[in-house]
Amino acid sequence: MARNATGVFARHGKAIKEGFRDGVPIGAGYFVVAFSLGIAARSAGLTPWEGFVASLLNNASAGEYAAFTLIAAHASYLELAVVTFITNARYLLMSTALSQRFSPKTGTLHRVLVGFDVTDELFGIAIARPGMVDPFYSYGAFVPALTGWSTGTALGIVMGNVLPTRAVSALSVALFGMFLAIIIPPARQNRVVLGCVVVSFLASLVFTVAPAFASISAGTRTIILTVAISSLAALLFPVSDEELRHGEGEDADAA
Amino acid sequence: MQHSNLIYIAVMSAVTLSVKILPLTLIRRPIKSRFVRSFLYYVPYVTLAVMTFPAIVQATDVPLAGAIALVAGIVAAWFGASLFKVAATCCILVFVIELIML
Repeated sequence: MARNATGVFARHGKAIKEGFRDGVPIGAGYFVVAFSLGIAARSAGLTPWEGFVASLLNNASAGEYAAFTLIAAHASYLELAVVTFITNARYLLMSTALSQRFSPKTGTLHRVLVGFDVTDELFGIAIARPGMVDPFYSYGAFVPALTGWSTGTALGIVMGNVLPTRAVSALSVALFGMFLAIIIPPARQNRVVLGCVVVSFLASLVFTVAPAFASISAGTRTIILTVAISSLAALLFPVSDEELRHGEGEDADAA
Repeated sequence: MQHSNLIYIAVMSAVTLSVKILPLTLIRRPIKSRFVRSFLYYVPYVTLAVMTFPAIVQATDVPLAGAIALVAGIVAAWFGASLFKVAATCCILVFVIELIML
């Protein structure tokens, strides 16, 4: 067993170390954002351990934030499942993109393990490396990333109530800052994406303030607007294969 | 109906992990439908934009602080600031503005 483990490190140590090195700044950023996520988890009534496990198994900022908001509102399990699916739907695309960069020889176990921690940033650094994806590089990056994310969430739940309300108010925008950092650089490069962001902002505002839509919950609003606006954009501005590859390249730059 | 946190966590985790793992393990050749590919391409931007605004303005104690953080975050991200820097810029601005106004 020990000899086997030594053999794995001898063959893949370099990739693991490089992954770990690239994962450290990601983990540090995750820690801060997860802390503010922990504040949302605390409002939903989660214990630090529950928050730790939820973050370890999900590692998804928007998805977890939406989920905690629903849990706080005592939503149904079905609504939670649908909203989690919609807010994490982009990982379908990333996971699909990764599948195209795996060697056909790579076994199912490696595919499951790499898929376990697909995030915007970890997808970005994995796809940015030349050639086929090396699962061991990803495993190296997962260690600091998952540590920062899970402990950050747990600590946010523990510390949320000892922090002054002013600090909580300030930290609550960290997640939105993270969302902006993901959507704005591609919007600068691509006019259709920019148009999608502007239309989404406006439509979301209308759905939030207009009395006719006031009874629609935040989760349902996200589903309706995402499906409607993305479908419309896909019909009016279908994406070429070249743009899809370009989009992946931008994600890599962002990370 | 009484809901359990553990079942909530199990549901969200099962959905998230399926979304992340299934394409990578099941799809071993490119998706052909141009509409589906285009739809998937736009989904992340639309979802995150819908979730960000106007929620960021409602999240802070002073709505103006959230609005300024939104604009500053967009400008910082536009000029290529890292994820960490954008998030930190938004937090610091809200803290300072609310310190002045409250």
